[in-house]
Amino acid sequence: MRLRLRSAFLRSRVEAELDEELKYHLDRQIEANLAAGMSESEARYAALRAAGGLEQRKEECRDMRGMNLVDNLVQDIRFGIRQLRKNPGFTATSILTLSLGMCACVAIFAFVDATLISPLPYRDSNRLVGVYETVEMFPLSNLSYLDYLDWKKSNTVFKSLDAYQRSGFILNTPDGAQPARGAEVSAGFFRTLGVAPVLGRDFHSGEDQPASPRTVILSYSAWQKRFGGRPEAMGQTVTLDGEATTIVGVLPREFHFSPVEPSEFFIPIHAIGSCKQRRSCHNLYGVARLKDGVTVQSALLEMKGIAKQLEQQYPDSNRGQGAAVVTLSEVIVGEVRPILLLLLSGAGLLLLIAVVNIASLLLVRSESRAREMAVRTALGAGTVRLMRQFVTEGLLLVIAGGTLGVVWATWSMQLLLKLIPTDLLAGLTFLHGLGLNYRVVGFACLILVLAGALFSITPMLRLSAANLQAGLAEGSRGSAGMLWRRLGTKLVVAELAVAMVLLVGAGLLGRSMYSLLHLDLGFQPDHLIGVEVAASGNTYSNDELAIALHRRIISQIESLPGVQAVGITASLPVSGNGNTMWFRVLGRPWNGEHNEAPQREVSASYFTTIGARLLKGRYFTETEGPAKPRVGIINAAFARRYFPSEDPLTQRLTYISRTVSPIQIVGVVDDIKEGPLDVATPPVLYVPSTQDVNTYFSLVVRSTQSGQSLIPLMASAIRKIDSGIVARNGELMVDRINDSPSAYLHRSSAWLVGGFAALALVLSVVGLYGVIAYSVSQRTREIGVRMALGAQPTAVYKLILADAGWLTAGGIVIGLACSVGAAVLMRGLLFGVRPWDLPTLAAVAVLLGLCALLASYLPARRAASVNPVDALRSE
Amino acid sequence: LSKPTDLVQGTLDLLILKVVALEPMHGWAIAQRIHQMSGEVLQVGQSALYPCLHKLEQNGWIDSEWAVSENNRRAKYYTLTRAGSMALEQESAQWERLSAAISLVVKTV
Repeated sequence: MRLRLRSAFLRSRVEAELDEELKYHLDRQIEANLAAGMSESEARYAALRAAGGLEQRKEECRDMRGMNLVDNLVQDIRFGIRQLRKNPGFTATSILTLSLGMCACVAIFAFVDATLISPLPYRDSNRLVGVYETVEMFPLSNLSYLDYLDWKKSNTVFKSLDAYQRSGFILNTPDGAQPARGAEVSAGFFRTLGVAPVLGRDFHSGEDQPASPRTVILSYSAWQKRFGGRPEAMGQTVTLDGEATTIVGVLPREFHFSPVEPSEFFIPIHAIGSCKQRRSCHNLYGVARLKDGVTVQSALLEMKGIAKQLEQQYPDSNRGQGAAVVTLSEVIVGEVRPILLLLLSGAGLLLLIAVVNIASLLLVRSESRAREMAVRTALGAGTVRLMRQFVTEGLLLVIAGGTLGVVWATWSMQLLLKLIPTDLLAGLTFLHGLGLNYRVVGFACLILVLAGALFSITPMLRLSAANLQAGLAEGSRGSAGMLWRRLGTKLVVAELAVAMVLLVGAGLLGRSMYSLLHLDLGFQPDHLIGVEVAASGNTYSNDELAIALHRRIISQIESLPGVQAVGITASLPVSGNGNTMWFRVLGRPWNGEHNEAPQREVSASYFTTIGARLLKGRYFTETEGPAKPRVGIINAAFARRYFPSEDPLTQRLTYISRTVSPIQIVGVVDDIKEGPLDVATPPVLYVPSTQDVNTYFSLVVRSTQSGQSLIPLMASAIRKIDSGIVARNGELMVDRINDSPSAYLHRSSAWLVGGFAALALVLSVVGLYGVIAYSVSQRTREIGVRMALGAQPTAVYKLILADAGWLTAGGIVIGLACSVGAAVLMRGLLFGVRPWDLPTLAAVAVLLGLCALLASYLPARRAASVNPVDALRSE
Repeated sequence: LSKPTDLVQGTLDLLILKVVALEPMHGWAIAQRIHQMSGEVLQVGQSALYPCLHKLEQNGWIDSEWAVSENNRRAKYYTLTRAGSMALEQESAQWERLSAAISLVVKTV
């Protein structure tokens, strides 16, 4: 190896030594010949003859030293680079095209990897499952505390079953009350996940009993942010919701549990409060670790059995409450999986077009290099050496394009991350691991190897197919043109078809996004602000105090400049479908079934503030209070479902699980989008916030101007009333809607696929242009002859455009078939548009057709303007 | 014998190693010595000799240095390395076995 290196690097010295050594031998031979009595010239000639060609001897010695291996490679690379530089248009196009395709593919794959491939950060995370009850309205519904205890006790399939629930706290700090997010978890929650605190201790089992002292475990970031990362924080107390709570532990930095993120405080579930005592009050989620050998299916079967048993035992509360067990990864990433796979397919198709485009360029190039290859062969280059040249050039392209692509991909990843709304990103904890890890780099390398192979093989096809000697013949255009026509044109049809698929996908997603964002929300979101308010239940402990607080807050905010109207609701529109109640219609036969509907407690001014549409009856009035008869307003869906033929205003409802006086329906309001945009609005019951009182609620504020400047004013106005009240997440409703997960997911997929489709359109049209332009250049003589024989330019146009037309038509027809197939596959991601949406298909076909026409018109014009004399002479 | 193909594969390696084992020698002298020692039967041409020398050097079996030769000119002298002498032992043992075997076949009446 030392010598080989010397050969490679001290090349001139080695050469000189080789020269001298052979010269010495020759001279000795001459001397010997002279001594044998030959004349001087005879002696010299004989010696040279014996050597049999000094140059060959040297070459053999070089071969023996392995010098040529390195040499040839260096030569190939140099020649390759020279070839690529000689043709900057081709080189730049190929490298740019490949790097764009790579960038899209690698960046999206990094997201797929972080989300779907990387395991969740818990011990043996594939043995973890989410455990839910199921009801008609919610396939994955919360558990009630008592059901959870029974499930925990009776099951034989889980090593452990634990519960958690999102929670918000009012944290007392020296600067006043602050909102803090967190979770209530059962004592074994962290042990089930297989996570241990980095500092302090985990919850003891039994620490979630009502009598045990209040303790809290901090998230790592809360420990850093609020306690400066000081170990002395252990054992200190914090005041959460007015309760002194002892800090007992800190979670690892990398710990996150996205269903409750962002969370700062984890406290044990305490079985106090009325909800925990009622089997019908569902507010917990279950997470469990499967016993060894137990599958998700068998666990589900057993849990269904237990649910059935509870249903018989407690028919009042458990009727219709089934069980669901799904893998934890499904819980966490199930929602984004289809979109990520869609984007990966889109990026893959774009890469495919890019690679096919380059391959067809290489094919054209190998045609024009036929003579070069023939000359090299004639000068003694072996086929292997020629192939090595192609491989080298292919690899050079791939390395340049690939490196550029990966660099761009890392930028794109950061850019895409920045485009995700912060609130949404906090829940997408799996994206913390996003980056160039070995799987992503491996994926990039795999693409590069495949692309490299394709780029090396494509020009080789030409090498083996064509008779090399024909390449030397003057103006020969024989077999080579045939191969080109057979393969090159098919590549273009494939490109056009793939571009069509991407365009249709983008079109459908774009239409989905449009229908989602132009959905009738049932209220006017512009100039509307939403703010969440949390007051301590200890301070405002009875209904009178809380109602008085509502009134004060409303009047304070109404007096702010620019405020038109203020309303109160238990939860803002477009936030979720939760908070349901069971009811029955009085005066109707009832067999214990659970009619379920979300309930919203709203103030008298709520509907007019948000700009809802009253269909029948009246809104609530200020005079409705705890002492007055209970009233309710239903939405249109409620009326359709439960009172299809009756007048709703004559109907009365009552709750099943709580005994209150009957609720008289006094109005019907048009459906207001309460839940995610892409989910149909269920029946909803609105009751006065003065009859069902909350200390956690939201304000809706209609302003005259844009309203952004009002948000801090509102927060300080509320704080002035009571510094123990927290106002958080003040946001314009328009922003809230646009940043909501369903809107964001539709928007981002539409934009990304749209971007891919635009690139694909450009690439495929450039590809078509290349094919037509090349075929025109090949047929210059033919066109010259035709024109010399009297063909009109229109005939030439027809000739060229007909060729292009066939290719385009082929691409569009195949593309149409593929797009409908692809659209059916992605129908779950569409909203308000069918997969075979004719306007989209037609528009895309027309767009592609027009672009193709333009791309072929330019070469056709060049062909028609050929001077026949020049054309004939040039060949 | 001017072409390497006329020699049994690898035999030239053995001859060169054997000769160089006697004393450091340059290419011309190696060819002369082989000629002489073989009773003027074996004649190694440049076309076989030098590639073989370079190959052996590449293998690390012989080493080279420039020194002044008997006719007062610079010449490249080859010496046997430790690895070379081990290779020589193996090669000659191999040769013994091979030639004995061939003799057995050829001499059997």
